[in-house]
Amino acid sequence: MADGPVAELLLRRLEASDGGLDSADLAAELGVEHQAVVGAVKSLQALGKVIEAELRSTKRWELTSEGEEIAQEGSHEARVFRSIPPEGLAQSELMRLPSGKVGFSKAMSNKWIRVDKSTADGPRVFRVVDSMEDDVQRRLQMVQRGQAEKLGEKERSELRKRKLLAEVTLKTYWVSKGSAFSTSISKQETELSPEMISSGSWRDRPFKPYNFLAQGVLPDSGHLHPLLKVRSQFRQIFLEMGFTEMPTDNFIESSFWNFDALFQPQQHPARDQHDTFFLRDPAEALQLPMDYVQRVKRTHSQGGYGSQGYKYTWKLDEARKNLLRTHTTSASARVLYRLAQKKPFTPAKYFSIDRVFRNETLDATHLAEFHQIEGVVADHGLTLGHLMGILREFFSKLGITQLRFKPAYNPYTEPSMEVFSYHPGLKKWVEVGNSGVFRPEMLLPMGLPENVSVIAWGLSLERPTMIKYGINNIRELVGHKVNLQMVYDSPLCRLDAKPRPPPTQEAA
Amino acid sequence: MPTVSVKRDLLFQALGRTYTDEEFDELCFEFGLELDEITSEKEIISKEQGSIKAAGASDVVLYKIDVPANRYDLLCLEGLVRGLQVFKERIKAPVYKRVMPDGKIQKLIITEETAKIRPFAVAAVLRNIKFTKGRYDSFIELQEKLHQNICRKRALVAIGTHDLDTLSGPFTYTAKRPSDIKFKPLNKTKEYTACELMNIYKTDNHLKQYLHIIENKPLYPVIYDSNGVVLSMPPIINGDHSRITVNTRNVFIECTGTDFTKAKIVLDIIVTMFSEYCEKQFTVEAAEVVFPNGKSYTFPELAYRKEIVRADLINKKVGIRETPENLAKLLTRMYLKSEVIGDGNQIEIEIPPTRADIIHACDIVEDAAIAYGYNNIQMTLPKTYTIANQFPLNKLTELLRHDMAAAGFTEVLTFALCSQEDIADKLGVDISATKAVHISNPKTAEFQVARTTLLPGLLKTIAANRKMPLPLKLFEISDIVIKDSNTDVGAKNYRHLCAVYYNKNPGFEIIHGLLDRIMQLLDVPPGEDKAGYVIRASEGPAFFPGRCAEIFARGQSIGKLGVLHPDVITKFELTMPCSSLEINIEPFL
Repeated sequence: MADGPVAELLLRRLEASDGGLDSADLAAELGVEHQAVVGAVKSLQALGKVIEAELRSTKRWELTSEGEEIAQEGSHEARVFRSIPPEGLAQSELMRLPSGKVGFSKAMSNKWIRVDKSTADGPRVFRVVDSMEDDVQRRLQMVQRGQAEKLGEKERSELRKRKLLAEVTLKTYWVSKGSAFSTSISKQETELSPEMISSGSWRDRPFKPYNFLAQGVLPDSGHLHPLLKVRSQFRQIFLEMGFTEMPTDNFIESSFWNFDALFQPQQHPARDQHDTFFLRDPAEALQLPMDYVQRVKRTHSQGGYGSQGYKYTWKLDEARKNLLRTHTTSASARVLYRLAQKKPFTPAKYFSIDRVFRNETLDATHLAEFHQIEGVVADHGLTLGHLMGILREFFSKLGITQLRFKPAYNPYTEPSMEVFSYHPGLKKWVEVGNSGVFRPEMLLPMGLPENVSVIAWGLSLERPTMIKYGINNIRELVGHKVNLQMVYDSPLCRLDAKPRPPPTQEAA
Repeated sequence: MPTVSVKRDLLFQALGRTYTDEEFDELCFEFGLELDEITSEKEIISKEQGSIKAAGASDVVLYKIDVPANRYDLLCLEGLVRGLQVFKERIKAPVYKRVMPDGKIQKLIITEETAKIRPFAVAAVLRNIKFTKGRYDSFIELQEKLHQNICRKRALVAIGTHDLDTLSGPFTYTAKRPSDIKFKPLNKTKEYTACELMNIYKTDNHLKQYLHIIENKPLYPVIYDSNGVVLSMPPIINGDHSRITVNTRNVFIECTGTDFTKAKIVLDIIVTMFSEYCEKQFTVEAAEVVFPNGKSYTFPELAYRKEIVRADLINKKVGIRETPENLAKLLTRMYLKSEVIGDGNQIEIEIPPTRADIIHACDIVEDAAIAYGYNNIQMTLPKTYTIANQFPLNKLTELLRHDMAAAGFTEVLTFALCSQEDIADKLGVDISATKAVHISNPKTAEFQVARTTLLPGLLKTIAANRKMPLPLKLFEISDIVIKDSNTDVGAKNYRHLCAVYYNKNPGFEIIHGLLDRIMQLLDVPPGEDKAGYVIRASEGPAFFPGRCAEIFARGQSIGKLGVLHPDVITKFELTMPCSSLEINIEPFL
């Protein structure tokens, strides 16, 4: 069984032909639309090597509908000429004929007719010659007969200017026998069906090949947000390293826990209205651990624990002021304070990843809220070398192996070090985190033993995520203005995997 | 972090050698500085105001160097050079000396009227100083840097420097009614009263930021000489009479403030930096300040303090094994002259007046580590053995969000801060009924309150994604904040789960089905009994009447679900029906 009558006819003709045939010729011979032949060619092509088909485009001259009319009825000027009797015709009357206007001026310029303006009842038109040759009609008829090539270039272009002739491009196929040519092609099945399986008919059926270049249909599914996918990976890394997650579900914090407990003086610029969101309601913390508050107050204003202190008047009112926490270190301070109350001291490793808030001017890399990642280790005898060692392990889990450390200043860590990593893309060292050893003025008032050191580091969640997913504007990653398509399309987060190679230029 | 800009060639001249940009960057990194930018005046102006304005500007190369916020001694070329030269052991740290004048000591008398506004003042004299244009500019620039940083924009301390030869002591620091203060200020041609000046400076781009410090006070601080000449009206402006110039030889420095410690530090920094150019290098002439209680003090303090730190403590804190002698050498390179004393394990460290940042042994440990080189320290892993635990609320959240995505919903991440309108007006609720916490100093309406519900964030996400194919199925599991007087700060977070379905039909059954799925995941069976969950017809201003139900689980109300009210849909600039679900997941811990 052939794939439709046209395909069957095509195969027969092809078998009889010498070398091949043209699809347009075949259409003309069969008296069918060319499109029907093209369809047959395509369906035969899909069967494999039955036929070879080469696309050709040929240019052809065709008459326009006006051209067809003229080929039939004669040119406008000829029609005007014929309509004039020997005694002449009033010009006004001639103009009313269908071909009047165009035909009149052409017949005039051909000098077939003349106008006599001296007659009494208006201008009259008379023949000048007795007979004429209607070249326009003759040439158009030649085109109709497929002899357009016999016309001169000039003649064709004149006819084209008169919109009687048009050049059309015709795409045709030159069809020849393929390596598996056969006139008895059976129809291919598209899909396997339950009936075929039960009847076993699939054994005898040919199947239409799949187009493996086409895209599949994506499954209907939900998606996780890329930033939170990265958050999950960081949680995973900390858990792998034995760190316990700190509670951070308190966006509202007192200045005491956010600043004072960290030995950050009350005049510190971070405590300025310009940098921190303070609360109007509830404006002040209701309870503070007053014993501990007294020790903090003394350390700030007078010193103690081996410190000179900052020597200023520490105010409780300032410490009571509520704010939106500016870092998760406030939560770390609460956890360390609780750890200090447990006797005897037990070493601890903590982490947190949560939102923090800054009253910042917003731009492509700064938002009023972002996520902070923080790691803390409390133990006897921790060194700067330990801090660097643990940072090396942490960052190597992110796929970052080239690190170096720069001295820095943080109000609550001493020594402090900024962590830089070499960015092969940017070809320079970029800051990837901040770290240090918490100051004794922070730890000792909490009640931690003197020989216990606490090392800590922090980084933002957004920055590595933006690098990971190649996002330049933070607003395309966080908040309600993100494009959901970005969320739909984002890949798995595998921090230690090599980034995908840049797309290669395809040979065009 | 303050940024100091210095002329590269002047810097190299003072350092006695040149560096490539990379070499200098490396030196900065090692020392804890950051070479932030290499630029020129021309480039700066051209960036800010266009290349036409920059045409005449200088193209001398400038280094912009970030300095740690506690190192006030590195805020000028003089200090940077001294710090780096000592670090590289090319010079020894100079010793700063306070000396008594040959003649009468300059006296500054504080009257009691200053008590309520700006009670402290300190003073000193730089005698026989020799400015050049470069030194003079650096002197002015240092004062500006100090004002912006340690002085907290002049609120804590304000500096006035004067040509002593135009004045005659003793000086009086007092406070007067603004209408009673009249003088010719710097850069003006006639006298004004303090009231007039405050008005004039309201439009002065540089000075207007300081006006608030005294603006509404009944008395303004002012310093006079014995002839009634106004030296300054701190913290706003100096008098024109005593202005210093490149030719000034004797400089009277006064620092007034509300923080005595910081005023003393600021004075110490200025005189230690610029006594380098005095005839007797690194000497500073003392001045006497008499306080209202009659007590008299001599400034600058220029105090040297000694600390003793055990060498093994430094080694233990850093994680190195250096001899006490080596450690003393390292510290000396950090401008902390040190020597080994006692049993040979103790290091005595002299803290100079320039290093007010050294307040604890840990600061000394850090400097030893910097001089040793952070990147030379052997990395080791701490032996701290611990068992990791997840925070239960986050553990539950992580589990749920994966199954929410598996149920076909897409996770969004929206802001915890929003406008009052988002959580109240747009949901048809009065703001007072939300129990929201309010921010006192938002820069824009987007940060007026902390959200009390996740729904507005989800609806805003849909509004920004109206071009996406329907249906949109979104969820978020995150914290909201409610006022709560039972907590220490008066507010509490709650972990909410919110989901919305947005399509041509409301799809209540889909949101309802999602609730059933969530309950299945949480192992809560349907049913009226104590362990189960039910939904009961309810109402809420955000929901279409008759299309809202309250969710009860394990005996308590945990949230609502329903079809959103058309008014809510419209107010969030949406056009399609929408159903939503929001519950508190904390009862399932």
